[in-house]
Amino acid sequence: MIRTIKAASATALAIAFLSSAATAQTIKIGVNEPLTGAFAASGTYVVNGAKIAADEINAKGGLLGKKIELVIEDNKSNPTEAAAVAEKLITRDKTPVMLGAWGSSLTLAVMPKLVEYETAMVVETSSASKITTSGNPYVFRISPPSFVEAAAFKNIVDKLALKKVDFLVINNDWGRGTAEDFSKMMKEKGITIGLVETMDQSAQDMSAQLAKIKATDSETVIITAAVDQLTLIFKQAAALGLKKRIITTGGSQNPDQIIAQAGAAANDTMHLTTFLPWMPEKTPNPEATTYFIGEWKKRGFDFAGCTESFRGYDGIRTIAAAIEKAGKAEPAAIKDALWKIDVKGLNGDIVFKKSGPAGSESGQSFPNVYLVEIAGGKIVMKDL
Amino acid sequence: MDQLLQHVVNMLVLGGTYALLGIGLTLIFGIMNVVNFTHGILYTFGAYMMFIVVHQLGLNFFLALPVAIVAGWLLGAAIEITLLRPLRGADIDTTMLVMIGAWIAMQSGALWIWGGVAKSIDNPFPDAPLVIGPVSVSWLRLFVLFAAALLIVLAYSLINLTKLGKAMRATFQDSDTAALMGVNVSLIYTSTFAIGSSLAAAAGALLGPVYVVFPQMGDLAAVKAFAIVILGGLGNITGAVIGGFILALAEELGAGYVSSGYRDAMGFLIIIMVLIFKPTGLFARAERVG
Repeated sequence: MIRTIKAASATALAIAFLSSAATAQTIKIGVNEPLTGAFAASGTYVVNGAKIAADEINAKGGLLGKKIELVIEDNKSNPTEAAAVAEKLITRDKTPVMLGAWGSSLTLAVMPKLVEYETAMVVETSSASKITTSGNPYVFRISPPSFVEAAAFKNIVDKLALKKVDFLVINNDWGRGTAEDFSKMMKEKGITIGLVETMDQSAQDMSAQLAKIKATDSETVIITAAVDQLTLIFKQAAALGLKKRIITTGGSQNPDQIIAQAGAAANDTMHLTTFLPWMPEKTPNPEATTYFIGEWKKRGFDFAGCTESFRGYDGIRTIAAAIEKAGKAEPAAIKDALWKIDVKGLNGDIVFKKSGPAGSESGQSFPNVYLVEIAGGKIVMKDL
Repeated sequence: MDQLLQHVVNMLVLGGTYALLGIGLTLIFGIMNVVNFTHGILYTFGAYMMFIVVHQLGLNFFLALPVAIVAGWLLGAAIEITLLRPLRGADIDTTMLVMIGAWIAMQSGALWIWGGVAKSIDNPFPDAPLVIGPVSVSWLRLFVLFAAALLIVLAYSLINLTKLGKAMRATFQDSDTAALMGVNVSLIYTSTFAIGSSLAAAAGALLGPVYVVFPQMGDLAAVKAFAIVILGGLGNITGAVIGGFILALAEELGAGYVSSGYRDAMGFLIIIMVLIFKPTGLFARAERVG
């Protein structure tokens, strides 16, 4: 019996050594995204975008003479899982840097782990302002926080002649944070804020909230949710005969998917997005955008996913640039190097600026924000 | 007032499918005494069957509905025969653990086969809603309400008016005596579980096109089904129907007039209240003690 145990443990040790020797040949990058649950569609798009970047880098010879390897884990759209996934990626897979975690609540749950293990994470999608203002020096965000979205939207408020606005937001850090930032901006503009209604992230029936909103005297509804929930909201709003102007925020709307799934119900809705895959010539780096969209189509992915997936692509390219600059794949060196990079992102240059309390600033890059409208089943850009 | 009317209409539409979920579970949980954690996955399964038949086989929407129900019946029968039959006589905890395992395995299976991204099912109804005065409702939801009502009536008649229903009730009252009277007890167990499962699949098939279809869609539905069963009293079909409508009303009015953030908490609030004040359910008959 004892001999068996000895033999078994020797074998286990040998396997452990062999596998660690094998992994040293690659540079690992942790990817912490929702592949199941309420945000499955979006998380999957981001991962597919990340894979395109990894393949592109590896095809050009990799980094520091090694191939990069994405270690992809599913955080199940659940903050508890997101924190556990981060811990697993850092301690077991020994990833020196991570990309994640899509939703604001997911990212916020991961953040204490980053401090605990002194490992940086590039945040690709989350938009709650407090992610980069709470004094976590391991967070580097490439998506716009909701106050940046609100500031961009400020310019168009007069053109749209907004008077009274209701909110319908997802009941988490993302939704509530957006309602807060937009309300603040609108109050300064003299716009009345009516109802602020919330919905659970997994809710499928928003008829009650919409019936309540239908009964108010506001002319516009600002909606913050991911694409699957938006589709349902548009259908249910149409079924209830809700005739208010709808504007969505957050950059996770995938307008093409909305058109495909909500049909006529999507007409005349407006969306604040962070990418323009429909008009590559209007993006800051047309060449890179055209390459990315071409690659996305070549792999047979749904075009609708481009508005999400470009963030995974940009996120991995950001991380790769930092590793290159650091000259070694070690957590502390990569974190320092993230401050020094300048990447030609698909939605503007990625350069991190200091954000949050002095001494423990987070990195925040400021990408562009666009307003598009769905008109007659087509996407039209509105000038901001 | 207009808003209240709209909430009441929403409640009716939602309540119909809740009732369907509730009676399916009350048959299995209330009568068979199996804590059926696969109820939610059967709901999911019904919705995916609808998706497959409409989108992958390209068949008619109205034809897809009975296909989904029959598929749910077959899957339910298979679960009963393979998992529950060997466990007959085992205590309720053992069965519960096995059912939790089956739930996880089947949900992972759905994820493996269909992926985590939500799918939407086309329907043949017009996009423009039916508008009556201040109230507006989509044709699809009206259809769902009527189909649910029809299925509820069918299930009720099956259990209360047919010989099979009588045998079912006899079996779960006293299976030894029922067996002595010539009832094929094994067959009754299988059919009850299969009928309950097919009702869950029917609810999923009806609601799949209304919402979107994804592997975890049944989780919340299952929790609501348990709330409805507890509300209506274990094994009480009429109670489950009324319970379904009460839950829908609580959710609509709770979201409309209290706070929309707590909409899905209403079901749990109801469970707590019922368990404190009337633990046998609102509509339970007096039980014989001893």
